[in-house]
Amino acid sequence: MGALVEIRSLSKVYERGRQRIEVLHHIDMDVQGGEFVALMGPSGSGKTTLLNLIGGLDSPTEGSLAVAGERIERLSQGQLARWRAAHVGFVFQFYNLLPMLSAQRNVELPLLLTKLPSKDRRRNASVALQLVGLADRATHKPGELSGGQQQRVAIARAIVSDPTLLVCDEPTGDLDRQSAEDVLGLLQQLNREHGKTIIMVTHDPKAAEHAGRTLHLDKGTLVGGELVAA
Amino acid sequence: MKYLHLIGAALRRRKVRTGLTLLSIVVAFLLFGLLESVNSVFGEAGQTVGSAHRLITISRTGLFTPMPMSLQAQIRTVPGVEAVTGYTFFGGSYQNPKQVIGSMFAVGRNFFSLYPEFKIAPAALRQFDATQTGAIVGAALAKRYHWKVGDQIPIKAMIYPRKSGSYTWTFDLVGIYHARSPFEEQDFLLRMRYFNEAAAFGNDRVGLFAEKIGNPQQASEVAAAIDALSNNSGHETRTQSDSAFAVDFLSQFVDIGLIMHAIMGAVFFTLMLLTGNTMAQAVRERTGELAVLKTLGFTNGTVLSLVLGESVLLVVLGGALGLAAAALAVHVLQHQVGAALPMMPVGGSIWLRGGILMVLIGVLVGALPARRGMRLHIVDALAGR
Repeated sequence: MGALVEIRSLSKVYERGRQRIEVLHHIDMDVQGGEFVALMGPSGSGKTTLLNLIGGLDSPTEGSLAVAGERIERLSQGQLARWRAAHVGFVFQFYNLLPMLSAQRNVELPLLLTKLPSKDRRRNASVALQLVGLADRATHKPGELSGGQQQRVAIARAIVSDPTLLVCDEPTGDLDRQSAEDVLGLLQQLNREHGKTIIMVTHDPKAAEHAGRTLHLDKGTLVGGELVAA
Repeated sequence: MKYLHLIGAALRRRKVRTGLTLLSIVVAFLLFGLLESVNSVFGEAGQTVGSAHRLITISRTGLFTPMPMSLQAQIRTVPGVEAVTGYTFFGGSYQNPKQVIGSMFAVGRNFFSLYPEFKIAPAALRQFDATQTGAIVGAALAKRYHWKVGDQIPIKAMIYPRKSGSYTWTFDLVGIYHARSPFEEQDFLLRMRYFNEAAAFGNDRVGLFAEKIGNPQQASEVAAAIDALSNNSGHETRTQSDSAFAVDFLSQFVDIGLIMHAIMGAVFFTLMLLTGNTMAQAVRERTGELAVLKTLGFTNGTVLSLVLGESVLLVVLGGALGLAAAALAVHVLQHQVGAALPMMPVGGSIWLRGGILMVLIGVLVGALPARRGMRLHIVDALAGR
């Protein structure tokens, strides 16, 4: 059986006017189902770009990218949107919750794209909030929650539709040490106990220690990988 | 419907801005409702079942030039004319000069047979025939002044004094007629016979003749034959259909259609700029949030629909409140001002036109911001570029 994520000779080039910037250069990479992978590298190394490509937020310039056997670089914009809804959960550095909606409503957002009736949507969102330890904050708006709590709501939103893959972009970058530890512990729990495949971009070695494997990017090239005891 | 809370949340994001925009939409549609109400009077003038069978004859020199009463018998002999009645504008005020009764006429005894859309009890009609000083008024007018059958009503005449020199005429209210709208229930009718006997001048002359014709298809021929009766006389006439007369009559005061369209054009143009700007700002502020929705899997079409839904909901909400306010205002005005301000109630057709306009404006003002939201590039938008 192949890897969950199979990346072959993946390149990404941005064109700014006459300037041509190659952000990723012929990346080859596999991520197995159930893995927790950390992507590290200095600023501008291309790690967020690689994560965006894996999450189907952007399209590669060259190469192939398959997730669970689906060649996502071949999908149209509409197909890609539907694919993201069904297969990917996103966690961002700055949480990206909708400020006017309660925690419960924020978590329900991905379920609006399913055919679930509202009662089931509410129930699933409650379960997800319970899983991240915020069942008692369901009616609170993001502005009424701490950074760590907001990030946990974002994780609940990412997992509520039971996606194949979680992609996390600096999920602890805006948190204090304790909140960061809580969030990383939660991700680790989702990986170990619920078998979620997680790819996390971070520049914090301590955060990367929570992953099962760390990959390093430098100037758009994958420079090596090592297995870390999780 | 499952996205309604998202649209609602977007509108609640800047409450003051949304409130002010909503207020401007309410005012625009209030104005629309009021002007359409006035305009409907033109559209529906003379459009009654009876009017298709009715012609109106006035003096060729104008509505206020009286014609000899003797013409009535001659008109009756014209082939195609089944009945004819003459009536004269009287005009007066009740209690004080500000309470003008604008639609006050001295009418012949067969007036109601020419105007079947005015419903009157036969007993009241018999009483009208039998009472020298009898008067019949429309239900809306009676309601406005709390008149009831049996009341004596003193009226100060605008034009015609009595033979005694007094301008005060006292009438006995013998009946109240009903019509299909309050606007048509504003008439005060007195007996032509009483007018002829008591007025200091204007006796045996009438302002208008109304003719009932058997076949509306022959209206032009009948009208020409009526006008031929007075050719080359000192009282030449002009005969036209009831609806044409009604429109002409109202149009001589003001070209309300032109004014209405000019005002509404300016109002809605301003409204579109204002609401369009509000929507553009709202979407620009939420670029990041829209990018998050797209990240989660919302398609371009769904994002487009959300933004359009937001603008349409805003305009429909404000528009409905505005039209409801207009309906209320017309209702109040009809009771306060009555016939002096011709307005039709804000009915189904105005709501329908208003509703179409609301959706159209909502779509137009939302189109550009929605397109911007639809086309935003997720990665750039999330990065704040």
